[in-house]
Amino acid sequence: MEMTTQAATMRTAAPGVQADGGYRQEFLTFTLGEEEYAIDILKVQEIRGYDAVTRIAGAPAFVKGVINLRGTIVPIVDLRIKFGLGKVEYTPFTVTIILNVGGRVVGIVVDSVSDVVGMLPEQIRPAPDFASGLDTAYIQGLGTLDERMLIVVDIEKLMLSGEMALVDEGAAEQRIAA
Amino acid sequence: MAIDMSQFYQVFFEEAGEHLATMESLLLDLDLAEPDLEQVNAIFRAAHSIKGSAGTFGFQDMAEVTHEAETLLDRVRKEETRLDEAMLDALLDAGDVLKTLLAAHVGQGEADHEGMTRVCARLRQLVAQSAGRSVAAAAAAAPEAPASAADAGAAATLKAYNVSFAMEAADAETVLDNLLDELQQLGEAMVLVRPATPDGTWHLRVTTAADREAIAELVDFAARSGTLGIDAAEDQPPADADDGSYGFFDDAPAPAQEEAYGFFEPVGEAAAPPADASYGFFEPLPEQVATAPEPAITAMAEAPKTERRQTDRRQNERRAGADAASIRVGIERVDQLVNLVGELVITQAMLTQAAGRVDPVIHERLLTGLVQLERNTRDLQESVMAIRMVPISVVFGRFPRVVRDISQKLGKQVELKLVGEGTELDKGLIEKLTDPLTHLVRNSLDHGIESPEKRTAAGKPAQGTITLSAYHRSGSIVIEVGDDGAGLNRDKILAKARERGLQVSDAMSDQEVWQLIFEAGFSTADKVTDVSGRGVGMDVVKKNIAALGGRVDIESMTGIGTRMTVRLPLTLAILDGMSVQVGEETFILPLNTVIESVQPERGMLRTMGRTRQLLQVRGEYLPMVTLADVFGIGGRAAQPEQGIVVVVESEGTKAALFVDALLGQQQVVIKSLEANYRRVPGVSGATILGDGHVAMILDVPSLVDMGRKALPEAA
Repeated sequence: MEMTTQAATMRTAAPGVQADGGYRQEFLTFTLGEEEYAIDILKVQEIRGYDAVTRIAGAPAFVKGVINLRGTIVPIVDLRIKFGLGKVEYTPFTVTIILNVGGRVVGIVVDSVSDVVGMLPEQIRPAPDFASGLDTAYIQGLGTLDERMLIVVDIEKLMLSGEMALVDEGAAEQRIAA
Repeated sequence: MAIDMSQFYQVFFEEAGEHLATMESLLLDLDLAEPDLEQVNAIFRAAHSIKGSAGTFGFQDMAEVTHEAETLLDRVRKEETRLDEAMLDALLDAGDVLKTLLAAHVGQGEADHEGMTRVCARLRQLVAQSAGRSVAAAAAAAPEAPASAADAGAAATLKAYNVSFAMEAADAETVLDNLLDELQQLGEAMVLVRPATPDGTWHLRVTTAADREAIAELVDFAARSGTLGIDAAEDQPPADADDGSYGFFDDAPAPAQEEAYGFFEPVGEAAAPPADASYGFFEPLPEQVATAPEPAITAMAEAPKTERRQTDRRQNERRAGADAASIRVGIERVDQLVNLVGELVITQAMLTQAAGRVDPVIHERLLTGLVQLERNTRDLQESVMAIRMVPISVVFGRFPRVVRDISQKLGKQVELKLVGEGTELDKGLIEKLTDPLTHLVRNSLDHGIESPEKRTAAGKPAQGTITLSAYHRSGSIVIEVGDDGAGLNRDKILAKARERGLQVSDAMSDQEVWQLIFEAGFSTADKVTDVSGRGVGMDVVKKNIAALGGRVDIESMTGIGTRMTVRLPLTLAILDGMSVQVGEETFILPLNTVIESVQPERGMLRTMGRTRQLLQVRGEYLPMVTLADVFGIGGRAAQPEQGIVVVVESEGTKAALFVDALLGQQQVVIKSLEANYRRVPGVSGATILGDGHVAMILDVPSLVDMGRKALPEAA
């Protein structure tokens, strides 16, 4: 069973400093189509189901709109549309990951959330430089975990980039610089 | 070792600002013919507090100006001189200079050092003059002259105070140095007992003409809270000290003395003079000591002083009471509270909506609970909103001064009446309201009220009246600026409007004509004065008020007067909105921009070019903005006659917004869209509806603008 192996991995992947002195960083992994992505768990605020959104005029197709997250207006980005991966449909099982990046709260829609994994820096290898849906500038590297390949994404850089159209022009560069 | 004072700057700026405001309002309140000593004392204290803290924080320029003002005030409150118009003007000027200095320290504007030198010189001159006058008064041997002459002679009023307090150990030496400097300004100050450890109890002796409060205010800064004790040592100059002080005790001093040593921890070596015994005794019982010896002293010395001192003390008590009843809280904390309550209200609304589907018989208790929750939430919301509310007297308070200065300058006699000063409104609004209101008042002074001669000729009292009133009316606050002047001149305004090429006709209603004065660059003043008449202003007033979600109305009658009425929402966080539907989406239109809604008929619609549509409403052609197109939503009403048109106005330009349906009117809490997203054209913010969904608040000015320019190609 896949779930049990994942649970086992999670148990062995205890957080904290390892005996060899390397620091284990924790990542939340999710899938988009056939690909598995990993993002820094510290950027994740919460995971929730997909709610009805209020559309925003003039927004790109992947910006679904905004939701009311306990009184805060939060924009929702569908990464499946953005990267052209997975099946874009909204069911009761569609998941939204609420991120807290650069002082902003943003939600991303993905196919499914898998688990939380810990990886040592040496487990993350630089990504080969070739064109894909995701600009390599936002890829920290490729993580190897057993048989899985995880695409480790610098989610903060990605969400605040001009490409995501979430921040006003100019403000994006400032935020990243800061 | 110096501590970092900058962390206290903000507190100083706030306090100094408040003290300055107090000073000004008290000065304006003073009746020159019969100045109230209590008021003079209050002014003195305000000046003194500014001086004390300015000195402590190193704002020497402010300390210098207040010092001069204080010297003058001190003479006045000691009745050594009579307050006159010149002094009042000088003191008000000093207040103004202090304000600019304060603003410069805060980082706004330039420090007016020239003005500072001028004001200081003027105050010094007044002090010198008054000194001459009081001596003359003494020579003339007026009935109360002996007392004031004695006052003027410094030695007679010198009093020695024993001051004991403890300080924070860390910076005791630095603080003490500063403190001694401060005290030296009052008179002579010396250290009697140095404690063995820096955080022990210090004993100082201050010989001064100033009173206990003056010392207390200075030492209070240095002393650890609760450790300060001040008492009069003796009434005599320090030379023949000891006997005098014991003389006031009916009880035998001996046992007291013994007891005293018990409290006196590290007995201050031989250096401590014998009189110290009494300080030790006083320390644990400050109350008793404070009241016991003092009246005795004053009774012996001079009767009138006792009275004054008592009023002083009474006022101090009152002030202490007020301090204890309020706390200073950062505005962001309050805002956070307001936000949280806003969320609670939304959650409660969602619960109520969800509970609408359950069986009332089975879930009776749940429903009762929800009703209770609703009531509690509403009460909570009201209380929290009330925290941000401040009385409008904060704004009104500046007008007596404005009116006084300008009416003097214009040679007019004007009385200012303030009504409803206690009316409360949001603090954020208060700050933005000051400028527009000042402008309206200046306008009334300059253009409204006529000169005394003209008034008398017209059979009106020579003194004009400007009335500022504020009251609440159905969820908004109404502020009126009224005058009993000449009223607006309809013909003159129309003539001026034609001259400026505005489209006017004689058939226009008065209301419409009056609104013309809000046009940019519009002024009917015959000559430009430095008060008003340049024609900048009224348009700005209208714009500013509109930006706050309010509007300005004018009523005027020739010869009777003019009344400008400003209507504002109670807070900035809540908006009166009209919800409209376009496709599946709900949008909120700020109600103050909505003029009317019309059911369009086919005949009312005209086209201009390929993409522009005009709607004929009551003889006017309004550009039509179809919201479904602007926001790229499939509207349900494909034909104009299936939907409805809302006529909106922004800065004098109208537009017709085409929507599917009107949903109703409601108050909404404004939420920022930009906090987590970017600016969206046509949208000024967002709000959360009762069902938890997000609705966009429409930005009417930008929509009107869209109407003016070519519409985007219909999708």
